[in-house]
Amino acid sequence: MPEWWTYSLSDFLLFSARTYYRMIERHNAAVWPLQMVTLGLGLGIAALLRRPGTRQGRLISLTLAVLWSWVAAGFVWARYAAINWAAVYLGWLLVIEVLLLVYAGLRGRLAFRWRRDAAGSLGIALLLTAVVLYPMLAPAQGRGWRQAEVFGIAPDPTVVATVGLLLLSESGPQWSLLVTPVLWCLISGVTLLALGSLEGWVLLPAALLSVGAAGLRGRPRP
Amino acid sequence: MLRGMAAGAALALLRPVSALASTDPLTRPIPSTGERLPLVGLGSWITFNVGDDAELRNECAAVMAAFFREGGRLIDSSPMYGSSQSVIGYGLAKLRRPSRLFSADKVWTSSGGAGPAQIEESRTRWGVPRFDLLQVHNLLAWEEHLPTLLAMKAEGRLRYVGITTSEGRRHDELEQVMAKRPLDFIQISYNVLDREVERRILPLAQDRGMAVIVNRPFRQGDLIRQVEKSPLPPFALEIGSATWADFLLKFIISHPAVTCAIPATSQVSHVVENMRAAGGPLPDAAMRGRMVAYVERL
Repeated sequence: MPEWWTYSLSDFLLFSARTYYRMIERHNAAVWPLQMVTLGLGLGIAALLRRPGTRQGRLISLTLAVLWSWVAAGFVWARYAAINWAAVYLGWLLVIEVLLLVYAGLRGRLAFRWRRDAAGSLGIALLLTAVVLYPMLAPAQGRGWRQAEVFGIAPDPTVVATVGLLLLSESGPQWSLLVTPVLWCLISGVTLLALGSLEGWVLLPAALLSVGAAGLRGRPRP
Repeated sequence: MLRGMAAGAALALLRPVSALASTDPLTRPIPSTGERLPLVGLGSWITFNVGDDAELRNECAAVMAAFFREGGRLIDSSPMYGSSQSVIGYGLAKLRRPSRLFSADKVWTSSGGAGPAQIEESRTRWGVPRFDLLQVHNLLAWEEHLPTLLAMKAEGRLRYVGITTSEGRRHDELEQVMAKRPLDFIQISYNVLDREVERRILPLAQDRGMAVIVNRPFRQGDLIRQVEKSPLPPFALEIGSATWADFLLKFIISHPAVTCAIPATSQVSHVVENMRAAGGPLPDAAMRGRMVAYVERL
């Protein structure tokens, strides 16, 4: 990119905040009341953290894979790509994560446990933020509940919850599984900041802190 | 409020496009043919990328209806602008394809071989028989695309050929293309604070007989937000400017090398205000100097 220093965040924006959040609103209306089901799944996943094990890990991994598939096909490709041509490629990024989650789930490589160390605390915080707090950010900013972004329906809270869960993995940092969610958080976070949305301040710290926490957790101990 | 906006948009669409503004906008000739274009056109970056949202599509169509009613002609888009081309096509169909349309689009792909297919897809989205103007977007693969566009023009499948850049980037390369190639149009960024093009690009366009389209006249709205905290200078009344948008646009279109500025908007009131900036009077060189001095002090 020539003269890259002359570009600002807004140079990469293709759409307005109004268009973006009306798209969320129309998607919410189209899939209602599926939000109740996916919210239930999110809370169910949080409850399952108290029962770690191979079956639990498989169940959570495959549930996440289903939700990521639905978000990729139902939102990213079916709606977001209409206003953002890059979403076609982002959708494929999500598909890679689906395949990795299915593989890890079927091989029994993942189990999730509620822990009190730095990575565990951040993981819990991100999971609860994504499932419980994230839908409240739209009404908190005056956009109303109809534009609320819900775990399992909209990509951002789904991705943040996944990052949180990966930090709670019993078998240490899941770098291969973290790549896509962290990339998504960075791209979407920058986009939302350019749109002037508070949600950007959830996604960017989620990406950076999760990489830091996973790195700390993976460090050999004396 | 939304219902009111929708009703307003519907009413705006019901009024015939042929009923033009009481005072048509000032025009300037395209140097290569003498065809005259209104000094203000309509951009579509961000504002017309509304996807398949019916309510927002109708609002864009209402903006287009007001634009044509105020005497506008040139609408500019690009395959880079998401759904903007389809939304323009929707608006044109709704307005029964106004004959005064001057369609300006771009080719934007790094592969010269992919250019013709992209142009055809863009044309289908607009729903026009042919484009009036096609430009190489941001100089991307211009060596490969320009022969295609010039061949289309020679075959009568295109009326004008151009090239674009924005935000003051790659002016050296733009100058080289302008010096060597038979372009009808160039498109650049220019406003009361970003005046680098006054030194070489605009004089070169005049020397080479090229029309000039000015994009991002308000720096995507940032410029208006920056100056609107301050009052307009008293001398703004001498050029009939009662708003900052009018003042800033008049500065741009009063440069003799500029053929058309293309502010983008999603609001009918703004497009009407923009078009009326081209209703005259325009500042002379001395007044332009005062405009620059005033804005630079803010």
